[in-house]
Amino acid sequence: MTQPLVCVKDLSVQFTGNRKAQALSQVSFDLAPGEVLGLLGESGSGKSVTLRTLLRLHPDRTTQVSGSVQVAGHDVLSLQGKTLNHYRGGIAAMVFQEPGLAFDPVYTIGQQMIEAIRAHDSVDMRTAQQQALQMLERVQISQARRRLDAYPHELSGGMRQRAMIALALVCRPQLLLADEPTTALDATVQIQILLLLRELQKETGMSVIFVTHDIGAAVELADRLAVMYAGRLVEMGDVAQVVQQPLHPYTRGLLASTVSAENRGQPLQAVPGSPPNLANLPPGCSFAPRCSHANAQCHREVPKTVLRGTSALACWQPVSEGQVW
Amino acid sequence: MTTSSVSDVLTVQDRGGPGQPLLVVKDLKKHFPVRGGLFEREPQFVHAVDGVSFSVAKGTTLGIVGESGCGKSTTARLIARLMPPDSGSMVFDGDGVAEYGGMALKEFRRNLQMVFQDSFASLNPRLTILETIAYGPQVHGMNKATALQEGRALLARVGLEPDQFASRYPHELSGGQRQRVNIARALAFHPRLVILDEAVAALDKSVQAQVLNLLQELKAERQLTYVFISHDLHVVHYISDEVMVMYLGKVVERGPVERIYSAAAHPYTRALLSAAPSMDPSQRTQHSPLMGDPPNPINPPNGCRFRDRCSLAQDVCATNSPLLQAVEPHAKHIVACHMNDPMSGYSHAAVNSTKLNHLEVSV
Repeated sequence: MTQPLVCVKDLSVQFTGNRKAQALSQVSFDLAPGEVLGLLGESGSGKSVTLRTLLRLHPDRTTQVSGSVQVAGHDVLSLQGKTLNHYRGGIAAMVFQEPGLAFDPVYTIGQQMIEAIRAHDSVDMRTAQQQALQMLERVQISQARRRLDAYPHELSGGMRQRAMIALALVCRPQLLLADEPTTALDATVQIQILLLLRELQKETGMSVIFVTHDIGAAVELADRLAVMYAGRLVEMGDVAQVVQQPLHPYTRGLLASTVSAENRGQPLQAVPGSPPNLANLPPGCSFAPRCSHANAQCHREVPKTVLRGTSALACWQPVSEGQVW
Repeated sequence: MTTSSVSDVLTVQDRGGPGQPLLVVKDLKKHFPVRGGLFEREPQFVHAVDGVSFSVAKGTTLGIVGESGCGKSTTARLIARLMPPDSGSMVFDGDGVAEYGGMALKEFRRNLQMVFQDSFASLNPRLTILETIAYGPQVHGMNKATALQEGRALLARVGLEPDQFASRYPHELSGGQRQRVNIARALAFHPRLVILDEAVAALDKSVQAQVLNLLQELKAERQLTYVFISHDLHVVHYISDEVMVMYLGKVVERGPVERIYSAAAHPYTRALLSAAPSMDPSQRTQHSPLMGDPPNPINPPNGCRFRDRCSLAQDVCATNSPLLQAVEPHAKHIVACHMNDPMSGYSHAAVNSTKLNHLEVSV
C-alpha cells in the first residue's frame, strides 16, 4: 500500500468574522499519488473552502480550523513563514476559477511566471525565462514567446486559463488544486481545458483535487468522486459507482435533477427546498429537511461516516439499488 | 389562472389567430462602434448581430444557443427593444412593432417580458419583492390595491409564501428564490412572450431543476411563448421546441429540436454538441471537437465566418457567404453551409451527410 499524498482527517472550519458560518464539519479523505479526486457540490457546500484550507488561504484571525491536514509529509496547518511559502506553489498549487482576477493585471504573464520560478529555485533570469516559455508551450498556447510579454487582459478567456495552469505547474507541484477551472468558459473551450488537464496529469503523475458543480466535467477527469453537502462529505467512491449507483439520497437527487435528453417533455425530479444556512445547521443530517427518505433518527443525529476502502458514505437511510428516488 | 382578478388595463387578446407566429423578426442588425487608438483611421465595429431573422410560433419555445460573443444576448435585448436595432423589423402577432400604424412600444413591452441571468442585479434593492412585482402594472395604469393583490397571488404561484416573503428585500433571498421573483415580476404584466436570457445559468443544479419545472408549468398554464437563451445545451434540449444556433452574429442553423440534436447539418452545431462532457466514465471524450477560442467579433472574416475553425473548409468558404437554405427534404430545418448547397461549388456538397458523419473522427 502506497503512502497517501494527502491525508485530511476530521477537518472542520469555522468562520468567526462578521458572518459566522460552520463551513466544514469533520471532513476526512485520503488521496493517493497520481490520483484525481473530483469534489462535487453546490454553492456553499464547502468544496472551495476545502481547497483553500489545503493551501492555507483563509485569514487566521477570522478562521477556526481543527483536525489535521498532511500533504507529502508536511503538517499543513502548522506551517509558518518560509516553509509555508515553499509549500504553496512548490508542493501544492492552485488553479482558480476566474483567471482574469487571479493574475496581477500590471505584470506580464512572463514576469509572473519568472517570479514564481525564482521564488522556488535559485536559477538565473535566462533559465527561468526558458522554463516559463517551455511551460507555456506545454499548455498549448500558440505563439508562446509573444504571450510571455502579454498582459493578462490581452489574452482570451481560454488562453488565460491555460496560462494560469502553466503558472501553477511551473514549479512542478505534487498536488494540483483546481477550483472550478472551467466554469467560466464556453463548452467548446471547457472540453479543451479538461483534456489538457488530463494530459498534464498523466504526464507529470501529480495528484489533482478538482472542484466542480458540473457532474460532466468531474466524470471527464476524476478517478474518484466526493460529494459534499452543507460542509460535510456525504458520499465518496469510484466515479462509475457514484454516477451509476449513488447511495446517498442527495447524490441521487443531484443526478436526477441533471437535465438530459431522456427527460424531455416530463417534469424533472428536482430536490425540493434549498441548501441550509451554514450559520444555523439543523441538529441531525443537514440534508434531512429536503430528503424523502428521512426518519426521526435523521433529524436527530448526525450520520456517521462509514468508510469502506476508498469509498465513504454518511447516511442513515442509504438508497438501495434499483430504488426510485 | 383566474382572469376575474385581472383588471382591464392589462388584458391582451390574440389578434392574428393561431396560424400567425407570435413574433417575426426580419434582418435584425446591430453593430457597435469600437473606440480605436488615437491614430487609428478606420472606425471598427463589433458585428454583434448581423442580419438575424426568425419567427416564433404561438405557445412554443425557441432556444438560442452559441458561444459567448455570438450575439445571442444582444438579439434578446434588440427584441425587447432595450436598445434600438441599426436596422430590421419585427412583427408581433401581425402588428408591426414601433412603426406607423403598428403597435406602440409601450404596448409591445407589456406583451413581452424578460428574465435576466443575474437575479440580484435585475431587482431594485430598495423595493420589497412585492413592491417590485406590483410596480410595473401600476405604471401601466392598474390601481395599487389590485396590483398588490395580484402580486401576492403571483408570489404564491411561483412558490414563495406571500405572508413570509412579500415584505422581504432582494438581498434576503437565495439565488433560486430571487429568480422566482424575477419570473413573477415578468408575469405580472400577463405577457404573451417571455425572453429568458440565461435565466437558470447561475443556479445550482437542484434549484435549476425546480425553476425549469416552474417555467414549464407556467407556460402550459398561461399559454406563454418563450425565447430561451442559454449556453447549456442540455437545458436547451430539454425545454425547446425549436433551436437556433448562432455564430459571430449570424444564424448558422435553425430547426426543430429533434433534428438539431440528431441530425445537425452545420459543422459548428456538430462540434458544439460533441463538446458537452460525457456522463459515462467509460466513454470519456478523447478529442476536442474545436480548437481555439471563439474569434473576435470585430471585423469578422469574410465568406463563412466559421471557416477558420472548420476542418472541412474549402476555397469557396472564404469567398462566398453561405445563405440559410432548407436541408432537403425538411423544410423547417435550415442551415447556412456550402456543403448543404449543391450549387455552391463545394466539392463534396452532394455527399455532405457522409462527410459530416466523420467529422468527430477527423478533427
